[in-house]
Amino acid sequence: MSVGLHKKKLKLLLAGLILTLPLSLFAEGNLPIVPKAKAKATAEYGCVNPVADMRKNHMEYLLHQRDQTMHKGIRTKKYSLAKCIECHVTPDKNGKYAEYGDDDFFCSSCHNYAAVSIDCFQCHNDKPQSAYSSLSSNKQSLPEGHEKFASNDTLPSGDAE
Amino acid sequence: MSNTESSKNTELTRRKFLGTAAASAGLAIAPGVLLFRVAQAKPAAQAVTSKVRWGMLIDSTKCSTGCNDCVTACKTEHHLEGHNRPETDVQWIRKLKVTDKQTGHVMSLPMMCQHCENPPCVDVCPTGASFKRADGIVLVDRHICIGCRYCMMACPYKARSFEHEEVDDQAVSAPRGKGTVEACTMCVYRVDRDKQPACVEACSEAEHGAMLFGDLNDPESEISKRLAEYGGKQIRADLGLNTGVRYQGI
Repeated sequence: MSVGLHKKKLKLLLAGLILTLPLSLFAEGNLPIVPKAKAKATAEYGCVNPVADMRKNHMEYLLHQRDQTMHKGIRTKKYSLAKCIECHVTPDKNGKYAEYGDDDFFCSSCHNYAAVSIDCFQCHNDKPQSAYSSLSSNKQSLPEGHEKFASNDTLPSGDAE
Repeated sequence: MSNTESSKNTELTRRKFLGTAAASAGLAIAPGVLLFRVAQAKPAAQAVTSKVRWGMLIDSTKCSTGCNDCVTACKTEHHLEGHNRPETDVQWIRKLKVTDKQTGHVMSLPMMCQHCENPPCVDVCPTGASFKRADGIVLVDRHICIGCRYCMMACPYKARSFEHEEVDDQAVSAPRGKGTVEACTMCVYRVDRDKQPACVEACSEAEHGAMLFGDLNDPESEISKRLAEYGGKQIRADLGLNTGVRYQGI
C-alpha cells in the first residue's frame, strides 16, 4: 500500500517537473531576441521570402548568391549579404552599431543561441553602408573606430543602383 | 478593292513611320560616347560573358614620377591599410620608377594585376580560388582560398599580396580578411555597374589622363581605337600571357 502511494507521488512530481521545465526556460529569458529590421523588403512577407523559409534556408540562399556574384558577376539585390545587413543591422538609440558576436547583433542573436558560428564577418563588414554614408554630414552616427574614414568624401558607394 | 488599297496604304505608312522612328533612334544613339555606354550596360541578373574583355591602357608618358593618385584612390576605395611593414603590407597597385642606365631616361608607371588571358596564378591554385571571370578579370575567391600563396610566387608581376592581420572596417563592396591572398580586382563591382575602376577615375579626375579603361573586344571602344592607332606594349610579353593591361611609352 505504501509502495502504491509512493508511485503516485512520483508520478505527480514528474508531471510537475515536465510542466515547469519549459516555463523556467522562458522565465530565464533564454530565447533569442531578434532585432527588428529597418524596413519591409516585401509587403506580403516582410523579408524577401516568408520568414519561416528565411529562417530555415537563408544559408542556402546566401551560399548560392555568393558564387553567382563572385564568379558570374550577378549582382541582384534579393539575396545579397550587403542588402541583408543594410536592412537588419540597425543602430541603437545612441547611434551605435552592435558587432558580430554581440547578442543584440541580428545574426548573432540566433547564432549565439543555436551555438552555430559563421565565418562571414571575418571578411565582410558587419555594418551597413549607411553607417558610412551619413558620416560626412553627421559624425554622431559613425560606428566606433570608424573615425579614420570620416574625412574622406570618396568612400565607395557600394550598391549604387 | 478600295478597302484593300487603303489598308495597304496604312500598312505602308505604318512601316514608313517605324522606319523613320528607328532611324531617328539610331541617330540619337550615334554620337560616340553614348553608343559606347549603351553597349556596355549589363543588367544585374545577367552573368558576365566572354564577348567583353576588360582591359586598361596606361600611357607612361603622361604618368609623372611624383604622382600617387591612383594608389591613394585604390587604398581609399578598398580600405587598404598598412601596418608600417612595407615588405608585407598589402598593395593592389604600386608606382614603379624605371631608369634607363644608358640614357638616364626615367619612366613612371603604375603596376598591378595585369589580368592575363593565361594567368599563371590560376594555373597553380590548388583549390580553384584563383580564377578568371568570363570577361577577363582575374580574381581570388576568398571563400575558398586557403592562403597557400602559390599564386603570389607564380605571378611575374608581383601583383598579389597576403593579408597577415585581422581586418576591420572593410569596404562593403570589398570584403577582405586575414589568411587570404588578394590583388587588384579591376574594381569588379564598379565594372559590373557600368563604372570605371577607382584608379582610372582618380587619374582622369586629376586630369592626368594616363589611364584608360575599356573593352578590348569592342573595336569601337576608345581603348581599342587607341591601341589600333598607337599600339601598346605588354610587360614581359615574352611569357605569352596576353595581359589585359597594356602600356604606351615604355
